[in-house]
Amino acid sequence: MYTQGLDNLGQQPATSGSAAASGTNSISAEERARLESLFQARVDLDERIEPKDWMPDAYRQTLIRQISQHAHSEIVGMLPEGNWITRAPSLRRKAVLIAKVQDEGGHGAYLYSAAETLGISRDEMMDQLLSGAAKYSSIFNYPTPTWADVGAIGWLVDGAAIINQIPLCRCSYGPYARAMVRVCKEESFHQRQGFEIMLTLSRGSPSQKAMAQAALNRWWWPSLMMFGPNDAESKHSAQSMRWKIKRFSNDELRQRFIDNTVPQAEFLGLSIPDPKIRWNEASGHFESGEIDWTEFFEVIKGNGPCNRERLEARRNAHADGAWVREAALAYAAKRRSDPITRAA
Amino acid sequence: MNGAPDPGAAVADAVRFEYMLRLADTSLILGQRLGEWVGHAPALEEDLGFGNLALDFIGQARLLLSYAGSIEGRDRSEDDLAFLRDGPEFRNFTLVEQPNVDFGHTIVRQYFIDVFQNLLFEALSASTDAQLAAIAAKALKESQYHLRFSTNWLRRLGDGTAESRRRVQDAADRLIRFTPEFFEADAVEQAACTGGISPDLEKLRGAWNSEVARTFREATLDLPKPQHGAPVGKRGDHSEYLGYILAEMQYMQRAYPGASW
Amino acid sequence: MTTEQWPLYEVFIRSKGGLDHKHVGSVHAADASMAIEHARDVYTRRLEGVSIWVVRSSDIVASDPQEAGALFDPARDKVYRHPTFYDIPDEVKNL
Repeated sequence: MYTQGLDNLGQQPATSGSAAASGTNSISAEERARLESLFQARVDLDERIEPKDWMPDAYRQTLIRQISQHAHSEIVGMLPEGNWITRAPSLRRKAVLIAKVQDEGGHGAYLYSAAETLGISRDEMMDQLLSGAAKYSSIFNYPTPTWADVGAIGWLVDGAAIINQIPLCRCSYGPYARAMVRVCKEESFHQRQGFEIMLTLSRGSPSQKAMAQAALNRWWWPSLMMFGPNDAESKHSAQSMRWKIKRFSNDELRQRFIDNTVPQAEFLGLSIPDPKIRWNEASGHFESGEIDWTEFFEVIKGNGPCNRERLEARRNAHADGAWVREAALAYAAKRRSDPITRAA
Repeated sequence: MNGAPDPGAAVADAVRFEYMLRLADTSLILGQRLGEWVGHAPALEEDLGFGNLALDFIGQARLLLSYAGSIEGRDRSEDDLAFLRDGPEFRNFTLVEQPNVDFGHTIVRQYFIDVFQNLLFEALSASTDAQLAAIAAKALKESQYHLRFSTNWLRRLGDGTAESRRRVQDAADRLIRFTPEFFEADAVEQAACTGGISPDLEKLRGAWNSEVARTFREATLDLPKPQHGAPVGKRGDHSEYLGYILAEMQYMQRAYPGASW
Repeated sequence: MTTEQWPLYEVFIRSKGGLDHKHVGSVHAADASMAIEHARDVYTRRLEGVSIWVVRSSDIVASDPQEAGALFDPARDKVYRHPTFYDIPDEVKNL
């Protein structure tokens, strides 16, 4: 799942080999300007940029950051829901949840694959995630204390992700756009799964309905924050828009989400924890209250409720699995030196 | 159907119900154990692999539990059977309730059951019980993939590094004692076999032994000899692990009795 | 932190009999057999495949986009390869 709040140009270490890969160090300023204007012309014509095409270094770095953060978000996102697989309250819910969490892992795989076309390796990206250097969507630093949280995540978080991700299907970088097409096809099942859980709960016993309402209360504001800071605060959006890496502003997409979701909550018979939500006939949109951005920035900085646990879980999985990965490589190496015995 | 009596029906419903539960519970508990891995595997691709396996087993469990419920005739749904029976009523092999421990243990456990299920589901595809035969035919395809997965990994880990060999050898030494249960037919299995529902387990033992011996050789592992004395899960005698598995799995339904999910 | 790296394989899937294999992305794996399994797990969870090809990424040879002009422009001039180049009367069927 993708959040727009993390597209910060020039604020994070990216990859070691990129400058050499694009060869930008060895050309003159005039040549670079010419190449950049040709590049921009292609982007303006909605042509897709492919891995071996010339691209400005900043375009490459921004994409590496954005795509890898998106991939990390999918991987970390497997955990808050994954921890309910063993406790899902019916076999059908268990199966659907496993499939959903697998999809998220698969999305991470597509995205790491797309990022690798830009010159960064999976290992480098893993190191950045596990060391805490890389960012990922803050929403996954929130806990899932009840089954209803699984429903709320599917309904709200996947819902927000879909709104963020559909425009990316037309982003300028080919491998990312194609990965997003795959992702979007799979994502709508996720949101329906979540909504169905919420519907079943809200039509159930009073304690089930209360469980659903409590989850909505927990996830509403963090879901709005998935769209990133208000446009006025988003300093680097303009360049991303010019390069068609970002196609709509944060506030536009956030408003779309609110407009979609408020009637859905009404249908569920649940109330959104924002007393300022009101239909505005003149604008044709729902008005809403101010977001508390201090919470957002604390969570992004690493002080969210589960930041430590999420990263620790991934670190442990990675460390505990090192002997497995090494064994697989050792086995493959033995096979290469002995052509008689081949893996089946 | 052509109206001729189904020979499988000659087997008493009580026996068929028991037999289906054994198949169902083994898939259910194994699926539950594999579900624990999602998000914690050595690599992202293995997270997806375990997820696929878990889905296959949960899917088998659902079909078999539903069928078992309809044979029993007491209106118990797949969820009633999964979430509202206590440990002694479960009929899974003791092997599948053993903990994951590490990737090596999980692969060895998986490999032992995969070789068996391949042989069993192939035989069950010819069962006189038509519905069981259909379920088994589908499960066989899944099991063939599972066997490929676990065989390849067993080879990689057995013939990988010194550490990986040590871990899977240790796992094999610990888990082999749970395998005799596969082949020791009791009254239920004898009745099912006589009725043509299920195969003669003794006939599967030889094939299992030689396949496992061959793979262990390829993996440069020693195949330990099973000791006896492990609890026989298919008769409801379980290890201590099942209680914890059920406590986690059944918690929501127990905490909210009668609720819909 | 990590030094071991499973090599990268590109994945091509034929989703239905009669279609070509299409490039869908890449997977990491220690060997070719594992690459097939990973490709199946990552790219065919919705039955999108009857055939999977995996190729070590390092074995792929690609044309250089800079040479696109020399490689592809001459073909642009050769319109006689395109069916619309030929003027066939409407009454003639099946052409």
